[in-house]
Amino acid sequence: MATSATIHSHAPQGFIRKYIFSLDHKVIGLQYYFLALVAVFVGMFLSILMRVHMIWPTAVLPLVGEIKPETYLSLLTMHGTIMVFFVLTTAPQGGFGNYFLPIQIGAPDMAFPVLNMLSFWTTFVAFITILAAFFVTGGAPLHGWTGYAPLSALTNSGPGEQLGADLWITSIAIFCIASLMGALNFITTTLDLRAKGMTMMRMPLTVWAWFVTAILGLLAFGVLLSAGILLLLDRNLGTSFYVPLVVVNGQVMGHRGGSPLLWQHLFWFFGHPEVYIAILPGMGVASQLLSTFSRKPIFGYKAMVYAIMAIGFLGFMVWGHHMFMSGMSPYTAFAFSLMTMAIGVPSAIKTFNWLGTIHGGRVRFQTPMLYAIGFVSLFVSGGLSGPFLAQPVLDIPLHDTAFVVGHFHLIMGVAAIFGMFAGTYYWFPKMFGRMMNETWGRIHFVITLVGTYCIFMPMHYLGMAGQPRRYSQFTELAYLHKLIPLNTFITYAAIVTVSAQFIFVINLFWSMFKGPKASDNPWESTTLEWITATPPPHDNFGGHTPVVNHGPYEYSVPGAPQDYIMQTDPATVASH
Amino acid sequence: MGLALLVIIWLITFVSTYFFAAQTWWLPHGASTSTPWIDHQFALTYLIMGVVFVAAQGALGLFVWQYRDRGSASKVTYSHGNTRMEVIWTALTAILFIGLNLMGSPIWASERFAPADPGSVPVEVTGMQFAWYFRYPGTDGKFGRTDPKLMDPSAGNEAALGLDTTDPAAKDDVVTGTMFLPVNRQVDLTLRAVDVIHSFFVPQMRFKQDAVPGLIIHMHFTPTEVGEYEIACAELCGLGHYKMHGMLHVVSQEDFDKWLAVREAEKQ
Repeated sequence: MATSATIHSHAPQGFIRKYIFSLDHKVIGLQYYFLALVAVFVGMFLSILMRVHMIWPTAVLPLVGEIKPETYLSLLTMHGTIMVFFVLTTAPQGGFGNYFLPIQIGAPDMAFPVLNMLSFWTTFVAFITILAAFFVTGGAPLHGWTGYAPLSALTNSGPGEQLGADLWITSIAIFCIASLMGALNFITTTLDLRAKGMTMMRMPLTVWAWFVTAILGLLAFGVLLSAGILLLLDRNLGTSFYVPLVVVNGQVMGHRGGSPLLWQHLFWFFGHPEVYIAILPGMGVASQLLSTFSRKPIFGYKAMVYAIMAIGFLGFMVWGHHMFMSGMSPYTAFAFSLMTMAIGVPSAIKTFNWLGTIHGGRVRFQTPMLYAIGFVSLFVSGGLSGPFLAQPVLDIPLHDTAFVVGHFHLIMGVAAIFGMFAGTYYWFPKMFGRMMNETWGRIHFVITLVGTYCIFMPMHYLGMAGQPRRYSQFTELAYLHKLIPLNTFITYAAIVTVSAQFIFVINLFWSMFKGPKASDNPWESTTLEWITATPPPHDNFGGHTPVVNHGPYEYSVPGAPQDYIMQTDPATVASH
Repeated sequence: MGLALLVIIWLITFVSTYFFAAQTWWLPHGASTSTPWIDHQFALTYLIMGVVFVAAQGALGLFVWQYRDRGSASKVTYSHGNTRMEVIWTALTAILFIGLNLMGSPIWASERFAPADPGSVPVEVTGMQFAWYFRYPGTDGKFGRTDPKLMDPSAGNEAALGLDTTDPAAKDDVVTGTMFLPVNRQVDLTLRAVDVIHSFFVPQMRFKQDAVPGLIIHMHFTPTEVGEYEIACAELCGLGHYKMHGMLHVVSQEDFDKWLAVREAEKQ
């Protein structure tokens, strides 16, 4: 590590080396964060177009004109893919993880700074590649973010399935490579670069979450990469990994003997751990913030660590619960269902412990805490529809309905995004040296929390009533007619909630330049990022290496001079 | 802000639970033998999850208000947790979740493990972009050969499936775009797809199963009420996915026989 330390003792001076091709994990973290911010607005814009089309199918919209049913499916595919990969995977891990993991463990940078830069710019190329799919002949693919073969493996199965679909899968493959590089870096950094005294069991829960997320990424993205390459071969070289003999619109295709279920197995072997890749960092942030703003140690630190590990481990054994209706052997459903129920146990432990942390504390309601509380609420709501879908027999009415859409949006969509909002409001002072506006933060929080519930809770009702997902119109099936009013309500709720996000963006950029100056530790937190200057110097700790003497959440320790003990405070501050 | 949070969280909980409890939107009226079992398991799961939902959200709202920062008046309980409570709630959750899972298993087994009863009505269901076709084997009880090269979707019915009329077993096969079934008799389904994956979804039969190219999937269910039921496609299959629907007519055995005879006669 001596070489990397010498390289980093001098900050680069030129604009390009400092801000564009930077090796500094903090700059790279911000690059990931802003990439995700652009992506989330693209994704939200697509979802609003979808919601508008569902209710007013003939509406002519500015910029995009009238949306056709096949365009709706392209919007849906791109919304899902952009949100899952370029927002939910990029911001919590690539953004906050990159910026704060090294600082929280007392390291001067990531273990492999060049690899870190490379992984960001590879992600950037992947993002440009997927956006390009909108602009090619035939447009973006319509096979959904899950890209089930043969629909995704044939070039004549629908509009968008030509070059658009190739760009889609190429983008995902590039993204996989970027994520593999990032994962290696996170794991090595956590294992090798911890400061003196920073034992594994003294790491903040955010670090634990990023660490386990990186392990999940390392194991999952490799599989998706291989699956994606096979899909490209099927599409372009006439191989038959996923396609058996099929007849498309009277035309007998050349493929023979492939298995559509193979794609589903490979995809969900990645796809389910991906859910935890999206949510684990949010769990870490929620834990950190609930403890900090309740001024109380986290309830059951060890249990929280074991729960993160258990979720990561079990997360690899449940992929088949996406396939109960797929034609897979019905006997396997027992195993997948049991494992899925089992993963509910560590999730429940986390919820209990969050409540236990607040209980008996002294809760400060600054904006980051509001989002952490909102995270818990959404995690509970989204989590409790899980045991419905984990039961194969209840998937008979519920699989592939709006119930599923409501479930996963609440938990891996909005809960994860609340984790990002919490992280943004919490770490903003450290990243930019200024405070965000509290009043607008609160207004943004209330509208977003109520708004997301108004959007996603009714989807459960729609699903119970049998509304299939990925329907652009509800006019063809008579039993869907009576659900149109509820769908209209969701569309209005979505418009209001999306509009409120401009409050956040304006607050973000306004505060960056005009917000009041922040002190080094405005929230009176205990972890290492709060002992250093604001914003942190190039080598994070200004030439000295911190020595850690305490666990991460020592709040309100009896006998201590103030209500928090920094991790680096002398060991004699208090006996506990 | 503590009080505001309490009100917001409790209000969200109340409104969400109200619409579940009032069954404003609920599973559609079911008309098959599996309906009572599936609906019972759904209601049980709903009840348990509903109680946990209200308890957890209720506690969250209450705690943030009760333990709000009241300056020097608040006293923090310094604690790193409680192993005994940790063990208790882990065990309780495990028993609850896994118990619920085991309770639902026999229903799944009866739906999917056993083949159809002898004497059930054989029907082959084929999905293609964007229509469902239903084939009845005729008096010989055998489905005739189909040939991918003969498939002509624009011609519909027998031609759409590529029915090979040189095969004697195919001669009396009846192919329709509307499904007819006799009431109170099990149907022995054979599910196929010719192009991409479709999913045969009949909400009121509590039935759903993907139809996958390259696989022949056998399933069964028993309608218990005469009536008309809509069939949807539940797996994204292309631009016409939302309008890929069909109709299931459940009729008396007598009407079913009559209907089939008319179709046979039309073929000759």
